[in-house]
Amino acid sequence: MIYQIPFIAVIGLIAVGMYAVLFKKNLIKIAIGLTILESGVNLFLITLGYRKEGVAPIYTNLPSGIDIPDKMVLPVPQALTLTSIVIGVAVLALVLSIIMMIYRHYGTLDSRKVRRLKE
Amino acid sequence: MRKIAGAIAFVIFFAFLLFSMYELHEFGKPPSDMDDYIIQNAQNETGANNAVTSVVFDYRGYDTLGEATVLFTAIAGVMILFRRGKDEE
Amino acid sequence: MKSEGMSPIVQTIAGILFPMVLIFSFYVIMHGHLTPGGGFQGGAIGASAVAMLIVALGAKKINDMVGEEGISSFESIGGLVFIIIAILGLFMATTFLSNFLVGDTIFGKIPPFGSNSGILNSGGILPLLNIAVGMKVIGGLSAVVLVMALATKEEKK
Repeated sequence: MIYQIPFIAVIGLIAVGMYAVLFKKNLIKIAIGLTILESGVNLFLITLGYRKEGVAPIYTNLPSGIDIPDKMVLPVPQALTLTSIVIGVAVLALVLSIIMMIYRHYGTLDSRKVRRLKE
Repeated sequence: MRKIAGAIAFVIFFAFLLFSMYELHEFGKPPSDMDDYIIQNAQNETGANNAVTSVVFDYRGYDTLGEATVLFTAIAGVMILFRRGKDEE
Repeated sequence: MKSEGMSPIVQTIAGILFPMVLIFSFYVIMHGHLTPGGGFQGGAIGASAVAMLIVALGAKKINDMVGEEGISSFESIGGLVFIIIAILGLFMATTFLSNFLVGDTIFGKIPPFGSNSGILNSGGILPLLNIAVGMKVIGGLSAVVLVMALATKEEKK
């Protein structure tokens, strides 16, 4: 149980993000919770591919005494995390610009008041 | 009333996550057949020293094409939302 | 964010630092197949250099020098170069996005197995794809920052 501490950290981050998305009323706080949730999932992807006492899988100036496929960290989860970070940035840009247009139209940022169609 | 139902669903979801953490592999020893092949043969087949870049652009280049499309679509959406007419100065 | 720029001390220092950060981002993009880095990471560094210039000089001045159409066409050129290199792989070798420059003249040396200090001449089509993705990310992120800075100017009348 004590060896799985990174997975417990991932569950903590997902819990904080989901609490902010479900139970808060301000629109900016919901956007911040979405970002924390996405950071938790990226951390989970990276800690899936860790090998004990491993180095990065790059052959330039490798320190001596490393057996080649046994002491290197897996490269495929790092590639998936790179894609996920870029998609998170794109989604955050769209969410923030939609919040700016909502504020310009309604005058308030409370998510209970922006439900009805205004004439 | 809705808050109580939301809180109960929240607690049940996180009990599921905590119990399924025991089914994962141990933290330092992942199963790795495909990655052993990639680390052994990446220098020979692609000619690059960096195994992560050769996975992103050569072994899984189609995912990078899809991600470039997503980035282009999101930025096009932002530019459409903030368009100004030529006669409002 | 005021749209007239900051004091002359900040403008001078931003003008001195901007080429250095831009050259560092080109270094990270070009050595993507030897050291950690690549297209996306170097593109984020370049976009933050352009964002520093927008904050220091004011969004209105940058919009008069280079319009938002100029920066956004820089992004489109990067995307087109990516697709053209991928289709060239279909014509010169077997599949879409195949590595047809390994063993040839331009970027085609194969490094020996094991630890070595890097050879810039190696890598196949990887450095060309890194440059295309770097152009795309620099153009896209700095266009988003410029458009959002211009939109908040119209609020206070």
